[in-house]
Amino acid sequence: MAKDLLQVEGLQVWFPVRRGFVESLTSKEQKYVKAVDGVSFAIKEREIFCLVGESGCGKTTTGKAILRLVEPTGGDVRYFGSGLSAAMMKDAVKRSVSKKLMTAKEGEEALAAGTVDVRKLTKDKMKMLRQKMQMIFQDPYESLNPKQSIYDIVAEPLMVNSIGANEAEREKRVAKALDDSGLRPPKDFMWRYPHEVSGGQRQRVGIAGALVLEPQFLVADEPVSMLDVSIRSEILKLMLDLRNNKGLTYLFITHDLSVAYVFSDRIGIMYLGKIVELGPTEEVIKKPMHPYTKALISVVPKPDPRMKTDKIILKGERPDPAHIPPGCRFHPRCPYVMEKCKVEEPEPIYVSQEHWVSCWLAAGEGKAE
Amino acid sequence: MVLLEVEGLKTYFKTQEGTLKAVDNISFDLDRGQAMGLAGESGCGKTTAALSIMKLLPANGFIAGGSINFMGQDMSKVTGDKLRAIRWRDISIIFQGAMNALNPVKRVGDQIVEPILLHEKVDEEVAIKRVKELFELVGINPNRIREYPHEFSGGMRQRVMIAMALACRPKLVICDEPTTALDVMIQAQILTLLKNLQQELELAMIIISHDLSVLAETCDLLSIMYAGKIVERSSAVEVFANPQHPYTKGLIAAFPNIKGDRKMPASIAGNPPNLIRAPKGCRFAERCYMKQDICIEQEPPLIEVLPGHFAACHFVKPKGV
Repeated sequence: MAKDLLQVEGLQVWFPVRRGFVESLTSKEQKYVKAVDGVSFAIKEREIFCLVGESGCGKTTTGKAILRLVEPTGGDVRYFGSGLSAAMMKDAVKRSVSKKLMTAKEGEEALAAGTVDVRKLTKDKMKMLRQKMQMIFQDPYESLNPKQSIYDIVAEPLMVNSIGANEAEREKRVAKALDDSGLRPPKDFMWRYPHEVSGGQRQRVGIAGALVLEPQFLVADEPVSMLDVSIRSEILKLMLDLRNNKGLTYLFITHDLSVAYVFSDRIGIMYLGKIVELGPTEEVIKKPMHPYTKALISVVPKPDPRMKTDKIILKGERPDPAHIPPGCRFHPRCPYVMEKCKVEEPEPIYVSQEHWVSCWLAAGEGKAE
Repeated sequence: MVLLEVEGLKTYFKTQEGTLKAVDNISFDLDRGQAMGLAGESGCGKTTAALSIMKLLPANGFIAGGSINFMGQDMSKVTGDKLRAIRWRDISIIFQGAMNALNPVKRVGDQIVEPILLHEKVDEEVAIKRVKELFELVGINPNRIREYPHEFSGGMRQRVMIAMALACRPKLVICDEPTTALDVMIQAQILTLLKNLQQELELAMIIISHDLSVLAETCDLLSIMYAGKIVERSSAVEVFANPQHPYTKGLIAAFPNIKGDRKMPASIAGNPPNLIRAPKGCRFAERCYMKQDICIEQEPPLIEVLPGHFAACHFVKPKGV
């Protein structure tokens, strides 16, 4: 059995709501937008873990918080040092201890377990860790600087991390990253500008930019949602090949369940800052347990007019993460809502070895007709 | 009864590098109360084709040939006041990205009242009453007509856009990517709404989308466009059940199906051709797995394969017409 590469436990990202001066004097408590509100999952080595949810459910924020591109306000993110040398890890822990980000005891424990506590690293050591954890962004039309050549874009991470002794060495690494991303031959692409290549090729440039540092773990934030359907699967296949050849691990963020279905090993369904159902892809899609998962699956458009299915269309829209409803956060839109759902939040219940769901129905309370 | 008949439509753009043939000789017709889907990759000319019908082309675009017969008038020749009278009263459009199509500094109600007052001899009171009815029709609380666009969520704004498109009881509504920027759940709400409205009000609709699965759920007819041409056209069920053109087959295979097997969908390698110097043969030839010499030499005509089912490919032979 593969071991975990990353563990996320009770991750929280709360953004404080700005208050006026008078309000700060009168109102009792600071309010928060709870974008991510206690998310826990683990990703195994060489696994593709997919977070699915509507926009605003906090899936992108989760991805960014793992890389500390936004600062988490609570919870733990542990990286199991893949690709880092023992000396590097020791150095990083020492630094965190001396900066009082963790106690000496915690530092020893971390070293013994071989983990790096992402949240307790100093800024400069985080930079080192980010060489192993990279991100692929959503929009290849906006995430590439139009004034930089493709070489400049892909070489920038090398410059930032002062890797490569000279220009020739860097050029070699850039060429390799472009080649790995399927931009062949690299020489033809290196000196072009983003507007001179197609949308699919742009996304490949984005992937090359992430690969050039030879990372172990990639956060891919909706990498295909802006692309035409006809070229989507090329990019997905490229990502699969990279996993098979380089042993990469992915956190894949998408709103499109059908993409998640064909691409990922395990799925976590996110709603309003929390994962409500998590399990192996096949099981979650074929045997969904949470009413929200069921509704999401039922509304995915089928590419065939002969397949008419009953849709569960939820009324209204996702509530505001600044006012999370009490009890189960899905209850205002749930077709099977019970009294208990309005007051008490359900805990995760395992329905099979690796598949859990947070719903009172799964706990045997009441029945869904 | 035929409402719209497009015959050999050509829409070109003047650019610095030459004339770009965005829409090159397409034909289709649409009956009253029918919904037609126009599908294709980005840049295939589907939006340009629809905008040509309303004559909403940018300054460098022009209709170079063909006719657009809408209720007995050739839209390609109508200009000035006559054109203005037809726009929005008879043909209206739901723009792509409704979030940004509304005026942010005007109340949504007033924005919908405007076309009603322009087109019909009614006073404001009647118009406001109509807006309230429209809001109810599209599922928004009628009390919200005095709110501003920023007070609505994305899905609600799309509903406002739909209400606005229906304001003058048009015969034909063009929907340009009506759900592209929306979440799956909201997308399902809007698609159901459009389908219901179409049946209730006997609207003819042209729905433009790159997403075949969206069109599969809403349309009676389906036209597949590639590089400025219609390559296949038939009823939606026919196209999915019995695709003829290699491009259509490729597009359908490119969709992951959540109800089917768990396998990676196929992709179509390559890119569409440059339409300033369009290839003289079949435009899809470069990406086609069936490519032969004839494809590069000759352009395939659009032939009727089965009754009402057209496809443009050298290797498609008519069956039983």
